[in-house]
Parts: sequence; structure tokens; C-alpha cells
Amino acid sequence: MPRRDDIKRILIVGSGPIVIGQACEFDYSGTQACKALRADGYEVILINSNPATIMTDPELADRTYVEPLTVEFAEEVIRKERPDALLSTVGGQTGLNLAVSLAEAGVLEKYNVELIGAKIESIKKAEDRLLFKDAMRKIGLDTPQSQLCVNVETGEEFAKKVGYPLILRPSFTMGGSGGGIAYNHEELIDILTRGIDLSPVGEVLIEESVLGWKEYELEVMRDLADNAIIICSIENFDPMGVHTGDSITVAPAQTLTDREYQMMRNAALACLREIGVETGGSNVQFAINPENGKMVIVEMNPRVSRSSALASKATGFPIAKIAAKLSVGYRLDEIPNDITLKTPACFEPTIDYVVTKVPRWQFEKFPGAEAVLGTQMKSVGEVMAIGRTFKQSLGKALRSLETGKSSTTEVYDEALIPKKLITPNPDRLQYIRFAFRKGWTIERVQEMTSIDPWFLTQVKQTIDLEESLAGKKLEDLDQVTLRQAKRDGLSDKVLARAVNVTPNELRDHRKSLGVEAVFNRVDTCAAEFESFTPYLYSSYESECEAEPSDKKKIMILGSGPNRIGQGIEFDYCCCHAAYALNDFGMESIMVNCNPETVSTDYDTSDRLYFEPLTLEEVLNIFDTEKPDGAIVQFGGQTPLNLALPLKKNGVPIIGTAPENIDLAEDRKLFGKLLEELDIPSPENGTATSIEEACSVARSLGFPVLVRPSYVLGGRAMVIAYEEETVRRYMQEATLFSQERPVLIDRFLEDATEVDVDALSDTENVLIAGIMEHIEEAGVHSGDSSCVLPPITLTAEERATIEDYTVKLARALNVIGLMNIQYAIKDGKVYVIEVNPRGSRTVPYVSKATGIPLPKVAVGLMLGKKLPELANLLNGQTSGVLPVPKFFVKSPVFPFNKFPGVDPVLGPEMRSTGEVMGVGESFGEAFAKAQLSAGTPLPEKGTVFFSVSQRHKAAAVEVARKFAAAGFSLAATRGTAQAMKAAGLQVKVVFKVNEGRPNAVDLMKAGQLQLVVYTTNGALSFSDEQAIRRSAITSRVPCITTLSGAKAAAEALLSGYRDPVKVWSLQEIHQADASHTTGASV
Amino acid sequence: MDQAILALEDGSIFEGKGFGARGVRVGEVVFNTSLTGYQEIATDPSYCGQIVVLTAPQIGNYGTSSLDSQSRPWIEGLIIREISPLTSNWRSDQDADAFLKNAGIPVGSAMDTRALVRRLRSRGVMRGALSSQGGNPQELVELARKSPSMAGLDLATRVSTKERYPWTEGVPACSPSELLAAQEAAKFNVVAFDYGIKRDILRQLAHRGCTLTVVPSNTSAEDVLALKPDGIFLSNGPGDPEPLEYQAAQVRKMMGKAPIFGICLGHQVLGLALGGKTYKLKFGHRGGNHPVLNKRTGKVEITAQNHGFAVDPDSLSSTDIDLTHVNLNDQTLEGIAHRSLPVFSVQYHPEAAPGPHDSHYLFDDFIQMMSNYKEGAR
Repeated sequence: MPRRDDIKRILIVGSGPIVIGQACEFDYSGTQACKALRADGYEVILINSNPATIMTDPELADRTYVEPLTVEFAEEVIRKERPDALLSTVGGQTGLNLAVSLAEAGVLEKYNVELIGAKIESIKKAEDRLLFKDAMRKIGLDTPQSQLCVNVETGEEFAKKVGYPLILRPSFTMGGSGGGIAYNHEELIDILTRGIDLSPVGEVLIEESVLGWKEYELEVMRDLADNAIIICSIENFDPMGVHTGDSITVAPAQTLTDREYQMMRNAALACLREIGVETGGSNVQFAINPENGKMVIVEMNPRVSRSSALASKATGFPIAKIAAKLSVGYRLDEIPNDITLKTPACFEPTIDYVVTKVPRWQFEKFPGAEAVLGTQMKSVGEVMAIGRTFKQSLGKALRSLETGKSSTTEVYDEALIPKKLITPNPDRLQYIRFAFRKGWTIERVQEMTSIDPWFLTQVKQTIDLEESLAGKKLEDLDQVTLRQAKRDGLSDKVLARAVNVTPNELRDHRKSLGVEAVFNRVDTCAAEFESFTPYLYSSYESECEAEPSDKKKIMILGSGPNRIGQGIEFDYCCCHAAYALNDFGMESIMVNCNPETVSTDYDTSDRLYFEPLTLEEVLNIFDTEKPDGAIVQFGGQTPLNLALPLKKNGVPIIGTAPENIDLAEDRKLFGKLLEELDIPSPENGTATSIEEACSVARSLGFPVLVRPSYVLGGRAMVIAYEEETVRRYMQEATLFSQERPVLIDRFLEDATEVDVDALSDTENVLIAGIMEHIEEAGVHSGDSSCVLPPITLTAEERATIEDYTVKLARALNVIGLMNIQYAIKDGKVYVIEVNPRGSRTVPYVSKATGIPLPKVAVGLMLGKKLPELANLLNGQTSGVLPVPKFFVKSPVFPFNKFPGVDPVLGPEMRSTGEVMGVGESFGEAFAKAQLSAGTPLPEKGTVFFSVSQRHKAAAVEVARKFAAAGFSLAATRGTAQAMKAAGLQVKVVFKVNEGRPNAVDLMKAGQLQLVVYTTNGALSFSDEQAIRRSAITSRVPCITTLSGAKAAAEALLSGYRDPVKVWSLQEIHQADASHTTGASV
Repeated sequence: MDQAILALEDGSIFEGKGFGARGVRVGEVVFNTSLTGYQEIATDPSYCGQIVVLTAPQIGNYGTSSLDSQSRPWIEGLIIREISPLTSNWRSDQDADAFLKNAGIPVGSAMDTRALVRRLRSRGVMRGALSSQGGNPQELVELARKSPSMAGLDLATRVSTKERYPWTEGVPACSPSELLAAQEAAKFNVVAFDYGIKRDILRQLAHRGCTLTVVPSNTSAEDVLALKPDGIFLSNGPGDPEPLEYQAAQVRKMMGKAPIFGICLGHQVLGLALGGKTYKLKFGHRGGNHPVLNKRTGKVEITAQNHGFAVDPDSLSSTDIDLTHVNLNDQTLEGIAHRSLPVFSVQYHPEAAPGPHDSHYLFDDFIQMMSNYKEGAR
């Protein structure tokens, strides 16, 4: 059954912004799908609102729409482009949902678009709980028993039948709030009553508990000829009860006999066939009772998923790419295996190593959220590590996490062990390790965690090995001991600490004994066939399969696990570095440990090293590959932290010198530089003690911004309006020291913030974008919406910014990319921060300008001057790049996953992703961005204002715009008075503590459609929090800055839906196209 | 901890840690890429005379269960990356180390199995000597070189039962959730030649209503036909098919007298009986992920395989035979069927154990064939 010729144009739906549970794994799958289909001669039309993705690069599709993923906008794309088919299965849940909505709205039928990948009936059967249960029952598979309850009696009856514990999930509540586990009748009544009340439809799903059962996933593929294969089996270290995305997972499954595995395989295939997934990949989850082998099917996803990305990286089998090919009619046996070249893709990968995935959490960013894990995913990223054994891969995975914690230095409290073991939480594994250190037995730990004793044994063996080294000297570590330790995954750092030497001394000693890392290949076949793809991982085996070439080559250091503040944008840059190196005739070597990314696709670079980004592991690669240079400025803070140590170990860093990158971070040296250049910055100081901090703050004058040095994403920043806040901050922040003092800046209240990305060769400087923030200074730049081109800056202000940028780039000898943050107050431009490296906004600016910034930057790092790269820049090598429309970038927040957290914006970055809106006016672009960000502005209704004293005047002007757009106004007493005084019609509403009905009541009753609520500085009172939290649960958009409210009002006045307009990036930059063809220089 | 040494005839040495029984054994060193089923592999008589390298790195995790054994342990030795000190599975009744130790089988753990497989892949299978108690590597190399070559070796006779015995036990469920049809009432008398038969083949047939009589490999056609079988089964087994001239001759005599179904060595014996030739593969097929195209349906099955020899399809070109199955990895012959007689065979293992169950339908085909034959005879 060959390729279908009846379809020519295929629409691919992306997954939108990065949110918890849906991250860059869908950039990976979407990118693969785009590439595979285009390689096969199909025209690809793409819609995705996320500009930070590789898939939205204009080169990857024939038409790329960075537009809202709604029926309205997608229909306009379909109307304009007339695709023959829509591939729904590579864009995560978002893509699938949009496909279903388009089908249900009749759009697909109207424009005669065929749904490929998964059909509507299959999607529904898989996604609808009851239909799914029926389908599974039909083929004889068990699912956990469940019951929908609208009253307590039904629940009690069900409990009598099934027994405790029971899982309760109220329908349609955000963040799973109101749900829980009932262990007895009393708790059942309690949770059920509350759940029915909280659920907007008064409904709670009660489910038989399979807590503590072993959890598995199988990745399955099927073609139109009904050939079906398993790509990978995955076993969860954490048993049922913890979301798979929050579980440590291991491939292949470790504790199943062949009989049990085949039973599960048969069940997965039966499920796939019954659900009717005709082509593509699916993921089926199972739970097995460890006592008697009883198996239940938990769920299935009829699309590629986070797990399929993991499975692809774990096996070397590119699921999304193959799924795309299957969707256009190919059979599995018609597609060759990329890695062996000679054998077909119709087989089941087998692996001779163990893969471990460990999630990365950031509860510290969400004070008020309880750091426990359950059925809702909370992690923001993950790492994967490959080792020849589980112990080795777990060790590598843990050091890939870069938590800054290390098991031997962290302080653990023995009294906390039971609590930390019983309730799943981010520290559970560390506490298990700690418990073993304290002599706990496997049985005891198993009792509390229900983790399979096989896994626990492996963890304990590592601890025992570590303990056995304590008190030894370096010379006691002979070859046998060291090899064993390395084979069991211990790092040089851990070994060095055990024998009290530096990691470098340990490394030298180890190498002198011939204990050196080698590299093995990921080849889908356990070495049965020759591998033609250098996809490598390190081990301490006996032979090295790296086979480095003698070409000119550059090593790119990736950004590691996704974190808030360091995510897909940096992966975008790293991928482009790889593409660009090829264009410049060099070999690219990628180093990264994040399985979700495009950068860890073996197709992206010439050679892929799936390794932790630690000094030890990067040096191992350097020793083997001997690259001509390393790029550290694209992967965010992770590679930057390694830059100087790498340089000291002889690794040539290309681009801006690490010393200059550091200089920009060094408060004193940088302050001196600014002085020399006569560039103003907010007055500032540093402190290493509480008293010093208070005195610095007093002398600067409040408010002040207090933060630690060397952080990305604004970790632990605070704006202090009075000394008490500074004092409290200094008491709680443990991050400062003589070398790393706390930085204190005078805070420029109500200033306009501006981000600048620029390219520099040390002489020529090209400003790629001047981005004006919508929210005023004080909101972290990553959390602020921003617009290209700037909308309120004066010509003088722009000229000053240009001037400062050029001066700073030259002074810091920047080679490649740099990012500068400015604040403008009362016409004066201040430099807030300079980062001589690729920034979070690079992909956004690249999309808006049509210029591939990372590619130009790579050219610069390779020693070319800007004028030599003019053909990549439409001939422009100085000044500011033009943008042909308005482009608004808006952040997306995970507050709905953290009930109890105050969603106010501040200096600490908390957004997980971003979207871009394109428009002919600022208002239109902003409105689209809000729509894409999942916070659509209301069409009509009432806007509720409650603003602090100093915002009252401005609030009146904003309110006037809303009134002009046809909205009714409501406000708290003080705000209302100001508005009334200005002649506006406004309804007075109680604050929460003033009586009822108050603002929260009105919101719940659906009487308020938009909330504008600003606070006085960093303090937020419980009253205000209640309003903001209630806005989230009632899904009422809540704007916490006045400039944001103003933007919203302009958006509403823009008439952006009348009619809906969409533009492809290719269209927008068409005029430039003639200049940008031809990559080589 | 005793040192384990594996020496190959090409002089290469692999070192690790000794487990299982202590001792020195020689054999042909082969590798299997299955992710699960070490116990089934260790107890498969087809591995007689072979030291088996498992590419799955963590072995012993789920222990062993007497229900999963295919026979007694037959391998000469086991080479693995890491043995589990603990058993974790409710079905297990013995840990893997003890199981192999009691069977007298040495284990080399902590070996660089990947390097070993790469060597076997590029140079072909080799003879080797495994010591689980240290020793002089060079002496082991010599021992490997002096050990008998697999080519020309009749191992089927060695592993075969000496006495005929009946079999009626079906497939036992491995979990309360396993979807398993109830065992059919006995309908067919099947004689199974034991060239090294795996228990799960007998179970699959019995489950489908066969009452089996398992006979020694050197049983004559006359003796078998005297049992008035509804069908004849030719089993899997170890070693080179070529020495099995007597067996091939018996099969030739029985063709057309009753439906015949062969698996693995049984397939090769059938091939020889049909006048075909066999040859040795460079490093064989051993694993649970080989794609096989069923040319009659156009569908691909993921199959369990364990063979070092194969039937040359060209040698069958003049016969009245359809080539029904082909391996998609290397295009080798995987199945044949006679155009007019009820005779067919496959090179791979439809009973799996270990491996995917995609090819269970072949047992149904055999049942159907016997049923049709009975109808026709009536």
C-alpha cells in the first residue's frame, strides 16, 4: 500500500504554548512530521501559536501560521489554504482537540478536508471514559471500576461494592481541585460532598484504587494493513498513584516475565484495534497488581505523546516520523529503519542498555502549593539518561537534573523519612537513598513506598557502594574498584568527595589507571546490525563505538531539562546552531539530556551525544571527538556555567569569551564598565549580610529590587517596599556568600521595560529587535507580554537604546548574540541587565523579522564579520531590523496546576511557555496573543476594577476605553469614586472583607467577565489573593497590571474578529524571500 | 567473587564475574536479543551445545518459575551484563542464579556483552570456553579451539526423549487477567517428533484439542503411522540439520499419509525431505523481534527466532513447494508449504516462549489442516 497520491496538501496542527503536561515533545513530533511529509513531496501547512518551536520555522513547512489554535482561526487557515487532509495526531491533546472541534463544527466537511492519523470515532472512543470502558470490556480487558456520582448515596453504594481506598475526581474543576483519596466512609462522605459542591456540573467520578500497583506503558504503532508493533515498554519506578509525567520511568520494563509482557503486548494490540487507530502511534497504560498479576488497562492515547517522544529517544525509533508516513498510506514494512538502513521499520526495537527518565519539578516557584505528587502532573521538564545498567542510567539521570543539590551535601532529616516515603513528592528518591544510608531495609522502604523491590535493590546497591568508599584514600581506589564505581554510575565528583580530592585529581587518577569512558551506540537492535547513525551514550565498557570523523567540527552544549526560564527557546537556538554549522560546512555535535527536544533527535545534528551536561561528561566527549570549538551561548545558563571550567580544561569556546560573559554578571566590574561608557543603570549595591542589605536598601531608597547573583528566570527575586521585606528576604535566602553576594537595585517604579536582542562581531552591531514590554518594570521579562515593534517609545529613546546597545556589544567584545534589558522612566534609559548570549526571545524575534538569528550568530562565532553574512540579513548589517507587522509575545502560566498559589505577576518568572499574535495593529496582535495564551478577552459584559491608589488616575483612562468598547464597569469603592468623578457609569462592588455579595461572589455567579486588579508593590493581602484565585477557578481573565489592562482595551477596540485575519510567515516575509535564499556564505 | 572468563576461538577474551555453577564449559557462542524470557531461552533444547549471550542487560530480575521452563536447562553457559541479586515477581519460585547453579550451568556476569555481540556479528559465531572460576585465559582459548564445531553435529538425538510419552496439558494462564480461550476437548491424535521440543509447542497443540504422543527423534515412519495419527509434528531442536538424514527419510515416507507441520529444525528436516539443502548463517537469528512477511496474507508478523541454519530457497525451486514466509531483515526463507499435500513448516517459533504471539495462528492452521484432512478421508 504505497503513498497516497490523492492528497497533496496536508494541514498539521501543533500543540501551542509549552504548558505543564504538554511541552516541547510536540515540537519534536511536529517537526518530524513536517520533515517526513515534505520529504515525500507533500505540501505542508502548519498552524501553531508557539513561536519558540522549530516546527514554526518557515523552512519546515510550505505555509506556517503562528495563529491561535481555535476553530475560528483554523477555519480561516483552511479556507485560505484548502488542504486535502489534516494530520491530528502530532500536536498533543491540543492538536487532537482542535481537530475534533473542527470536525464537529462542520469545517472539515465544508472544505472537504480528510482527517488522517486518527478518525473522529477512534478519538472519541479513546478519550471518553465510558466509551473506552465499554470498548475494553468488549475485548475482555479490565479497567478500574468507576462510577459517576451526582449524590452521596450513589457513592456509598459503589464503595460497598468495591471497597476502599477510592479515588474521587470532581468533573471539570481546574487543577483537579476538590479531588482526593478516601480511605474510609467518613473521608468518602467528606470529599464527595465537597467535590459535588465544587464541580460546576455537580458530578464526581469515583474510581477503584489501583494505588501501589506496578505501572507500565507500551508504545504501539499500526499501519493501514493492520501490521502492529510495540516500539518500547516502559516501567514506572513510582507505582500507580503518581502521574506518569511525574514518575521516574525506566525502559525497557524490568520486572515482567515474558509471559506477562506478552499478555500486556497482546492487550495493547487488541486495544489499538478495538479503538480503531488505523495508522500511527498510540500509547497504552497498564497497571499490574504485584500480588497476583491482575492487570487493568488505565488509558490509551490515540496520538503521539510525551511517552512516545521518550520511547523514540530511548530506542532510536522515530515514532512521529513513521506515524506521519503511515498516515499517508505507507506500510511499516515499506519504510526503512533509519539507523540500520538495511532492515525495515516493521520490527520491534530491542535495546541493550537501560533508559531512565527523571522529572524536574519547580515547586519552589509556587509558594503556597503543596509539594506532593498525585494524579495531576506538576513537573515542568525531564531528563533522560542511558546507561548499560539501571544503576548507571539512574546515576547519570540524577546528575542531568541540575537541581544544584547533591545527595551527599544536602541535609536530610531522619524524622521526615516516613512522611517523605509514604506521600510521593519530588524528594522521595533522595529520601529513599537517605533511608538506605541510615540502614533502612528494602522491605521497610517498600512497605512505605510500594516501589518494586528490584528498583529499591538497585538504589541500595549504589548507596552501599558509596558507603564502602568512605574513608578511603585516592590511592586505595584501584582499577577494579574505580571501574565498578563508574559502571554503577558514580560521578567523579562523588568519588572525589569520598576520598577527599578534587574531581580533577580523581579524573587524572582514574585516567592514569585506564578507566575511561567509552561511547556506545543507540541502534534499535542491540548491535545485531551495523549502525549508521552516531547516536551515542557513554559507558565504562571495553570498546568505543564513537568513530569520530576528521572533519572540522563544533560541539553544541544544549540546555538540559526544561525549567521555567530555560526552556524550548534555548533548544530552538541549539537546533539552529546545528543546522547552521552544516550550512557553513562544519560537522555538528550535539550534547543534551532532554528527551523532549528537537535537539536530541538524531536527525538534527551530525552526531548526538545523549549525556548529562556536567563538566565530567562534556570533557569525556571532548576527549573523544576533539572538536574545533564549543558553543555555549545558546543553551541558557546550563552551558554558561560550564564555560570557564571547560576553557580551563582546554576546550576552545567559540563566540564571546567566557570571561566577558562573566564580566556582565559581575556587579562591580560591570558597574565600572557602565560608568566608563557613561551608560546609566539604576543605583545599586551588593550585600553579604542582613544588616548590610538593609543599609544598602536605605541608602538607595525604597522600593528596591533584591536578588541573588547568577540566576536565570528570576529565581528568588523580590521587590521590597520597606526594610522588613529586605530583612525577611535575607533571612530566608541562603544563596548569598562572599563570592555570590545579594544584588540590590533601586527599583524603577512604573518604568517601561524593553528587551533588546542584537548580533555583534565586536565591531559591527545589528539590533535584531527592540521589544517593548506591555507590563511595567518589576514583572519578570519572561512573564511580560511584549511587542515588536515598540509602540510607545520616542525616537530619542530608541536612538539611545541603539547607541547603548552598540557601545555595550563592542565593550564586551560580543561575538554572536546578546540580550540587554532596559528600563525607561521619565524619558531616561537605564540598563538593567546585559546577557552576552542567546536569549529567550531569539525565536520570537527570528519569526517576527524573518531573519534566522542563531544562524547568523553561528556565522559570527565561526569568525565571519556581519557584512560577510549580509545575504542572511537582507543586506542589512547595522541599525535595527524592520518588522512588517505587529508581533505580540505573551506568556502562559501554570497557575491552574497549583491551586492555592497567588497568580500575581512579579519579578520571579513563573510562565512555562509563550505564544505569538500577529496583527496589523497592536490591538489585533495582542488580542490574538491572549486568545492563544488561553486567556481570551471577553466580547462583552462587565469589567471589574480594583487598583491601588497610585494607579487610580490611569485606571480611569483604561476604564473609559472599556466603556467605549461597550463594557459595563464595576469597581471597589475607592476606584469607583475616581471613575465616577471622571463621569463614568460604574457599579460599586464589595471587597471580600467588606460584606456580601462581594467580588468573588459575583465572579462565581458569572457577573464579571474581566478583572483588573493591581496591588501596591509586592505585598498581596489575602483579600486580593482570594479575588485572583477565584478569577482562575471561575476562568475569568485577571489582569494584574494597568498597562496590561490598557492593552486589553485596545485589543477589544481593534475589532480583530471582524473579520478574522491570518497570515503565514512566508507571506509576511515574502518581500525578503528573494534575499534570504542561499544559505552558504 | 570468582572471576568469569570467556575465551573465543579467535583469541579474544572477555572478563566478568562468575555466577551459577562453578566450572568450565565449551560451546558455540551465540547471542539472543530478546528483552524478556531468559528462563525460556536457558531451557530451550535448541540451545544445546551453545553458550548464550543475552543482549538485555539486566537478567534475573523476575527469577524463574517452574511453569515457564521449556524443558530442563540445556545451554552450556550464559553470558550477561548484570545479574540481579534479588527476585521480584509473584510467579517466581526460584531465583535465577540458584536455578542455573542447580542445573550445573556457569554464568559470566558483568561482561561487556555489547562488544561481544559486535564481534560475533562481524566475524560470525565462534566456539568459546566459559569459566566461572577464573583460570588461564590462553588455556581457555585452546579449549575453545579444540571443541567440536557445530557444523555436522547431530545434537537432536542427544536432546531427544528416549521413550515416547503422552502430552495433554494446555497453556496455563499467567495472570487472572490473561485472555485465554478454554482448552478444546481432545479431537486429534498428533505424533510429535522430539528433536528437542519445547514444552510450549506441546501446550499450544494440546490447548487446541490435540492429544499428543511425543516420540524419540529416531522413530521410524512405520512406527509413527502405526499410531494412526491425525497429524504429525516435527519439532524444533539444536544443531546442524544435515546429519539428520534418517529423520528426513522418515518424513519423506510420511508425506501425504497425514498432515505434517514443522517448526525450526523440523522445518529444516522437512526441507531436506523435500530435496532441499541447508546452510549455516553467519550469526543466526536469535531474538523476539524478527519481522516475517506472510506472503499469502501480505501481513508482517513479529516473530521469535532461534536458528543458526536455514533452508536454501533456491534448492527448493524445482519442487512442488510454495515459499510462504520470508524474513524482512535479510530475506531468508521462513516458511514453506506443499502445493498439493497437507505439509507446511516455518523456520521461526510460533509458540514464542519467549516472544510475541503474532504467529499462534499457525497452530490453528495445523488444526484446520487436520480437520480438513479428516473430512476428506471420510
